[in-house]
Amino acid sequence: MRKGIMAMKSFLHVLAALGLGVAFAGSAAAQGEDEGGTPHYPLKKPVEQSWSFSGPFGTYDKGQLQRGFKVYREVCASCHSLDLVAFRTLEDLGYTDEQVRAIAAEYEVEDGPDDAGEMFMRPAVPSDYFPSAFANPEQAAASNNGAVPPDFSLMAKARAAERGFPTFIFDVFTQYAEGGVDYSYSLLTGYEEPPQGLEIPEGTYYNPYFLSGPSLAMAPPLADGLVSYDDGSPETVDQYSRDVSAFLMWAAEPHLESRKQMGFTVMIFLIVFGGLVYLTKRKIWSEVH
Amino acid sequence: MSHGHSTYTPKTGLGRWMDARLPLPRLIYDSFVAYPVPRNLNYAYTFGGILSLMLGVQLLTGIVLAMHYAANTEIAFASIERIMRDVNSGWLLRYLHSNGASFFFVAVYVHIFRGLYYGSYKAPRELLWILGCIIYLLMMATAFMGYVLPWGQMSFWGATVITGFFTAIPLVGDWIQQLLLGGFAVENPTLNRFFSLHYLLPFMIAGVVVLHIWALHVTGQTNPTGIEVKQKTDTVAFTPYATIKDGFAMVVFLFVFAYFVFYIPNYLGHADNYIEANPLQTPAHIVPEWYFLPFYAILRAITFNIGPIDSKLGGVLAMFGSIAVLFVVPWLDTSKVRSAVYRPWYRLFFWLFVADAIFLGWLGSRPAEGIYVALAQVATFYYFAFFLIVMPVLGLIETPRRLPNSITEAVLEKNKRGMRATAQTAGEG
Repeated sequence: MRKGIMAMKSFLHVLAALGLGVAFAGSAAAQGEDEGGTPHYPLKKPVEQSWSFSGPFGTYDKGQLQRGFKVYREVCASCHSLDLVAFRTLEDLGYTDEQVRAIAAEYEVEDGPDDAGEMFMRPAVPSDYFPSAFANPEQAAASNNGAVPPDFSLMAKARAAERGFPTFIFDVFTQYAEGGVDYSYSLLTGYEEPPQGLEIPEGTYYNPYFLSGPSLAMAPPLADGLVSYDDGSPETVDQYSRDVSAFLMWAAEPHLESRKQMGFTVMIFLIVFGGLVYLTKRKIWSEVH
Repeated sequence: MSHGHSTYTPKTGLGRWMDARLPLPRLIYDSFVAYPVPRNLNYAYTFGGILSLMLGVQLLTGIVLAMHYAANTEIAFASIERIMRDVNSGWLLRYLHSNGASFFFVAVYVHIFRGLYYGSYKAPRELLWILGCIIYLLMMATAFMGYVLPWGQMSFWGATVITGFFTAIPLVGDWIQQLLLGGFAVENPTLNRFFSLHYLLPFMIAGVVVLHIWALHVTGQTNPTGIEVKQKTDTVAFTPYATIKDGFAMVVFLFVFAYFVFYIPNYLGHADNYIEANPLQTPAHIVPEWYFLPFYAILRAITFNIGPIDSKLGGVLAMFGSIAVLFVVPWLDTSKVRSAVYRPWYRLFFWLFVADAIFLGWLGSRPAEGIYVALAQVATFYYFAFFLIVMPVLGLIETPRRLPNSITEAVLEKNKRGMRATAQTAGEG
């Protein structure tokens, strides 16, 4: 028996040494990835922001969503579509029925065919979806240096920079689900001059936060004072970026608030119910032990 | 069922009438009320019940989702978003279903590891174990095809990569791939047949689950000591004892599940799947869902040719082999002692195997380059060595600890130890 324990001890020592070796090799590999030939994108990790909708009791800030919508409408919409969002859902932003009708009526959508078999344009109504600025992806690419501006409906959920170990484990406990909005905020505020010696393709703009390369085809879209706010919020690139990112989160996850509210009820129910089941279990098993 | 005769006595007239014609209440009573279970089962043994619950969750949410989903490449992606945005509680159904798949796998992995730890596969439970392996295989097929349905970038490229494996098989490989795809590439026919099969396979799983439970009720459950039930005091009745314990474990499991569904519903998914499938644009990294990552790492670990087998076929063989090896575990383990509780060396190798499987999962999420390839090769070697070397050899050379004579004795011993410990702490305090 003693001999067996000794053997196991020395075996465990060998294992520990091996484990250390593997850990060392792993971290060396991770470093090599950073320094090695092909750089790792994004060059900079997104900057984490505090959002009203993060955490278990998060809610949307309607004022912010309205501002973000304004930025989208006046700046982004000239290239980026919002295919999956219907005008009727804008009531979530705090607009009245009349206001939604008025907003929809500013857009023209194709309808038809009419009695003569012709397609025609008419003002949009709340049940319509946001029309795209381009007729098709080819046209969008042709007028944007060959790159199709991505649709914005799911943007806040469709982009994520790698979180890495061990951050991705902490994310479970901190309920981090804002990778997409942190990314778009960082990208919009992250344009800068390329570092010396870095060649970037013609017609692209250096941005260290961009996910898939050192530069992207979109020119910096925002500038201070570009969009006027009527609620006294600062008219800065930083504020625009934050607001439009929050709007994108709403566009991607319109039921976020009711999800979190229902979640709280469900968690409370499961705790109370689980407690009762546990007490019952103890009572029943006490006769056996 | 194997433990004595049925003790069911119908109390009402309707009950007697039914019992003489179709004794379904008797079957249920014998299987889920009077059925004796070992009294020393711990919470690792509650995952069978949890798995039945998850199968139910997936079936119910899936059937309702199918009422709103459109299996057509033109509108599949948009139809999912319709569910998320416009269908009443559609977001809830969809998040329950997508996270439910992940939690189904969490439960099945605990269930499988529990079986490996306590030697649940050993005679006379070989068929029980094999039926479980079949369920696992069906689950993998179902999950893979389900992941293709939202028609996002990872759906499309995952399907392209995985069906591409089959072309590595000599002679019939291309034919199998075309049969799976319904053409030469992942297109509308692929989506249609995947949807059809995704709807069919869960019912096949349910069928095999019935056989699995039947086989379980013939042999009876194992228990942490690995000693067979010998006397009446070794067992308790399924209801209320196992029912309430399983019930509590289910609520705890549902709590964790609900945490993901309501607070971080996209944590286990991949952002690229919120981009509609685009055959002209390959994502930077194509990675499968987390529950397939260890096998993906094994697939990519074979970077060298072995004789006439090129690295591609070698990788596919290793990947399928890593699951196939599970089927023969009952005959690989040569130990006379069932439970790892009494096998200190096996216990060590077992936990190494758990760590190795998790490590492989992490490697599967890394790009297949540099040191990761070498690490994956080492980890793959241990994965197979655990089954093919450790299991047969260790059983022959290991000296197990003394086994108690019966489950009752083991429980009494444990209680005595516990009481002594309590007395000691009380004395100290």
